[in-house]
Amino acid sequence: MWTWFYKLASPPFVYGVAAALMPWFLGLAALTIGYGLIGGLVFAPPDYQQGDAFRIIYVHVPSAWMSEFVYTTMAVAGAVALIWRIKVGHAVAAASAPIGASLTLLALVTGSMWGKPMWGTYWAWDPRLTSELILLFLYVGVMSLRSAFEDPARGDRAAALLAVVGAVNVPIIHYSVVWWNSLHQGATVAKLGKPSIAGSMLWPLLSMFVGFLLFYGAVLCLRLQGEVLNRERQSAWVREAIKS
Amino acid sequence: MSSGGFWYMGGYARYVWPCIGFACVVLLWNLWSARRYLAAAKIRAARSLAMEASEAR
Repeated sequence: MWTWFYKLASPPFVYGVAAALMPWFLGLAALTIGYGLIGGLVFAPPDYQQGDAFRIIYVHVPSAWMSEFVYTTMAVAGAVALIWRIKVGHAVAAASAPIGASLTLLALVTGSMWGKPMWGTYWAWDPRLTSELILLFLYVGVMSLRSAFEDPARGDRAAALLAVVGAVNVPIIHYSVVWWNSLHQGATVAKLGKPSIAGSMLWPLLSMFVGFLLFYGAVLCLRLQGEVLNRERQSAWVREAIKS
Repeated sequence: MSSGGFWYMGGYARYVWPCIGFACVVLLWNLWSARRYLAAAKIRAARSLAMEASEAR
């Protein structure tokens, strides 16, 4: 029953699965992001307080959610690699880092662009904004640390350790609007009970989130293949894969 | 929504459209850089294979 799970530790299996899944993830991501953008920019009504500026949430919220999700994936993959010495874990963590960093940057820039008309400033040292900025620094730190060692195995271990330790920032980002007085609005979609957003605005947002998730899957599959090839270059199966 | 109103975004066009544009740039950069990374890894693996073959000869 659990044999498929053990196979996830096998580089050739992961390489094959990533190659097979990538086009599906990318195609579905294009469809869901397309639906979300059209629904959010064209069909959703303007917000009664924020007017059309609210439409920034269709790229800001999915990128902010994904910045936390990708970091969590990276930290879990790093922990798996450290505890069970599964090399694919390091490959997943290394492949996730640049994707997560770029999505965090996107969340910060779009949040800043939304802040100017709503709060009157591009930036405030608010708990949510500051913890999200720390997340970007953590991504950059993990990537830098990995490449700072001559021995790639030591770099992998150090980066995984930093990713695991830095995971403490993820709940801080999420609950910062609850724990502290924050300029940033509280949970709208992911709060217990009924979301305080109309369906015509919510569905395109959820579609964008699914689209970003699938897009992460597609880019992860591409980068993961590259990571596995780099790490397994001397293996017999890579020779066979390259020859074919 | 009229075409003009759509691009005007209720007066928030200078905030909304740069965000959408930057999001497109980030997504496309991710795809381009990941493809490039995989292509480079394949070339590196093929070179390593070719070197091994020439050393064996």
